[in-house]
Amino acid sequence: MFATIRSRLILIAILVVASVYFLFPRNVTLRERGANGVMRDTVVTRVPLKRGLDLQGGMHLALELDQSKQVSADPKKDLDLALTVLRKRIDEFGVEEPLVQKVGDARIVVELAGITDPARAKAIVQRSAFLEFKITNETGALEKALPAMDRTLRAMGVKGAVEPEKPSAVQQLLGGDTTRPAGADSARPDTAKAKGAKGAARDTVAEDTTPVPGGVLSGLIQPAGPGGVPGEYAVPETAFPRVDSLINLPAVKRHLPRGLVLRWSSAPTSVGVQPVRFLYALDDKSIVTGANLVDAQAQLDPLTNGPIVTFELDRAGGRRFGDETGRHVGDYMAILLDGRVQGRPPVIQSRIGRNGQITLGGKSLQEAQDLALTLKAGALPIPLKIVEERQVGASLGSDSIRKGITAGLVGTALVILIMLVFYRLSGALAVIALGFYLLFTLGALSMVDATLTLPGLAGIVLSIGIAVDANVLIFERIREELMHGKTVRLAIDEGFKHAMNAIIDSNVSAVLTALFLFQFGTGPVKGFAVTLIMGIIASMITAIFVTRTFFMIWLQRRPALSTLSI
Amino acid sequence: MLRLFGNANYDFIGARRYAYGLTAAILLPGLLFLLLKGLNYSIEFTGGTLLQVRSNKAVNVADLRSGLDREGVHGAEIQNFGAENEYVIRARIAKPGSDANDTQATADAVRSALDKVLGAGNYTVARTEAVGPKVGGELRQKAFLAIFLSFFAVLAYLAYRFEWRFGLAAVIATAHDILATIAFIGVLRLEVSLTVVAAVLSMVGYSLNDTIIIFDRVRENLHKHKQERFAQILNRSINETLPRSVLTHGTTMASLLALTIFGGEVIRPFALVMLFGVFTGTFSSIYIASPVLMAIEQRWPGPAARGHLAPKKAAPSSPTRKPQTVG
Repeated sequence: MFATIRSRLILIAILVVASVYFLFPRNVTLRERGANGVMRDTVVTRVPLKRGLDLQGGMHLALELDQSKQVSADPKKDLDLALTVLRKRIDEFGVEEPLVQKVGDARIVVELAGITDPARAKAIVQRSAFLEFKITNETGALEKALPAMDRTLRAMGVKGAVEPEKPSAVQQLLGGDTTRPAGADSARPDTAKAKGAKGAARDTVAEDTTPVPGGVLSGLIQPAGPGGVPGEYAVPETAFPRVDSLINLPAVKRHLPRGLVLRWSSAPTSVGVQPVRFLYALDDKSIVTGANLVDAQAQLDPLTNGPIVTFELDRAGGRRFGDETGRHVGDYMAILLDGRVQGRPPVIQSRIGRNGQITLGGKSLQEAQDLALTLKAGALPIPLKIVEERQVGASLGSDSIRKGITAGLVGTALVILIMLVFYRLSGALAVIALGFYLLFTLGALSMVDATLTLPGLAGIVLSIGIAVDANVLIFERIREELMHGKTVRLAIDEGFKHAMNAIIDSNVSAVLTALFLFQFGTGPVKGFAVTLIMGIIASMITAIFVTRTFFMIWLQRRPALSTLSI
Repeated sequence: MLRLFGNANYDFIGARRYAYGLTAAILLPGLLFLLLKGLNYSIEFTGGTLLQVRSNKAVNVADLRSGLDREGVHGAEIQNFGAENEYVIRARIAKPGSDANDTQATADAVRSALDKVLGAGNYTVARTEAVGPKVGGELRQKAFLAIFLSFFAVLAYLAYRFEWRFGLAAVIATAHDILATIAFIGVLRLEVSLTVVAAVLSMVGYSLNDTIIIFDRVRENLHKHKQERFAQILNRSINETLPRSVLTHGTTMASLLALTIFGGEVIRPFALVMLFGVFTGTFSSIYIASPVLMAIEQRWPGPAARGHLAPKKAAPSSPTRKPQTVG
């Protein structure tokens, strides 16, 4: 096989053409978010060799089900479901060639190349996006349960004085304007004032350890009062974490009437001088959930110019929504996202059909877009936690490429110099073969759709030094044969033949170790292993086959060659 | 014709006892050092948070450290990284089993400390890594498993291509290389990252390559020179492959030096480990793999080596008797 120079040249030509074909710049379709926030496809022409996150900048996330708050009944199924949801979300997010895949059976890996706002990407990936609509409780069920809860807490030894907030202070504050909405940010400047109020409260009841007369919870949880939203209670923002942990105690929860749940608002509201957090008593049963959602769009409210998210429900959801809202006209409906009430519950004016809207106070349009995106992609069955995060800035990536290329050029120059000095004309043949080696390696990497990483780049530079090894082995063998007095033609034949065993054995062992590297490694190291494997195969082809062909051509041109430049 | 060590005829095998001494003199202190100081694992393996920060004004490390302390990030490592105002901040997870989301909170805390010390907008975060302790533990386990399994794969392949005696000798030499390299990593306080593990595994491949080329010559010479003693065969094979070894190590080192000098901070540990690997790999192929092969052949003579060993009937009770070496 391939005994003639002609057939060898044809094969080399095929390999070269194939490599060039795989490396030839081609059109790649990208999905991008346009200026108007709508996804569109753009076509870019470029070399199809993928760069890893460490070279082009981007973010790598490894996620697992977070079962600390919610235990999954079927983790395997939930992970698969989460995977589909994440794929949809990332598709809409508009990143070039995103990667969302399951690794092992408990982990999802998300790779987003070239993103500029990592925090936003993380929020989109992690948000559960579980949407619920619930009617607020109008019977004052929580007020009735509070005394029993306080008794239980007193029996457990929980004293009101641990927290310096006094009911008198809260009540006094609640006298203020309760309708002014405020975003999360506006609460910040108020904390200083709140601290002042706190200090004042402490002065009046200095170091009082006796239980608060009204009880711990009834002291901190205040009904909204007449004219307010039924089922809405105000808690000072400073007491929010404490109340939250108290009402979640099983002994306290027991006193809550059946069919009632307590939910917090998503952000504190400024009331008077002190920010408060609203607590809502809601019907446990949801009218409808995000599972029935078919579409969601972010818009600017024409009236307030604030961002809103409009949504559309499917047929079944629309019917149920219509029936329930028809039955609850005049009642208040809370919109919950991931268990937090969004905004103040609006009153139901009339029967609502399939379309509705969520008002986002104090949020940007982009946040509304992200919410619409996650709602449309569906809810995560179980929240996800980030177990690994890597982020590389784009400038660091291009730095790495530049340095890698410099190192590669210097290394190649040195190797070429060494080969020419030691093997002269034969060395020149080996250098040409080295050129083929680089072309084949890059072509093969592009063919298998491998990702070029920084260690991979280092692997290529390193392999330039190692790739000539096979040629060195052959050349040294030819020299030995020549010294034993063999003719040039015979020495070349014998040289190639005898060097073959060593080349194959050593390269197979190297591929074996590279395979284990591939198996164990993550992103960058996998890239390195692939580069190494492709490099070894390419170097065997060039050293054994291509260089041999060069020698055959040389001998054919100079049949009477008696000395070899080696 | 320029040929280094063209017709070399050194008595490598005869000098093996000095080589053993040298190995012990390097390995024992190195391993002792490892036992005392341990390895400097990267956060990929320990779990924790890393931020690489480029500042456009001078960074006072003490200020930065106290700023981090104020944000509750204690005991963080702050290290200059290449350029003048480029720093790497590492905060490891103190106790294993703490929540993975802690790493996220830590990254936020480091950022807010930077905002306060350097001022927001005066710096850019070039790289972030946040690894949960569970992931780190798994990775460490996988790395060791990969090195261990590759041992067996190579042993099996060499047993198939040569015979098990050659495979065992090659694996023992490789084990030496790995120990020496780990000691090197420990003494230089290089950070053990995924890339460094990749370098160790590549070094294993490179060193094996070198050993196999000598062994291939041994196999050939055993057939060619029926009259020679095993030690002579080994010496002959090492000497014959010496020009190749010198040249290949030369080109490899040229590439690695280019990587060390020009490749940048991230890749430098990789290049350094490989550079050391070239030395230890060369040394072990000649002074560990070959003498060990001889020792194995003497204890359990194989078909290939038969006739090359010291006459057995003279001293059946001492099979490890040192054969006469010819220089």
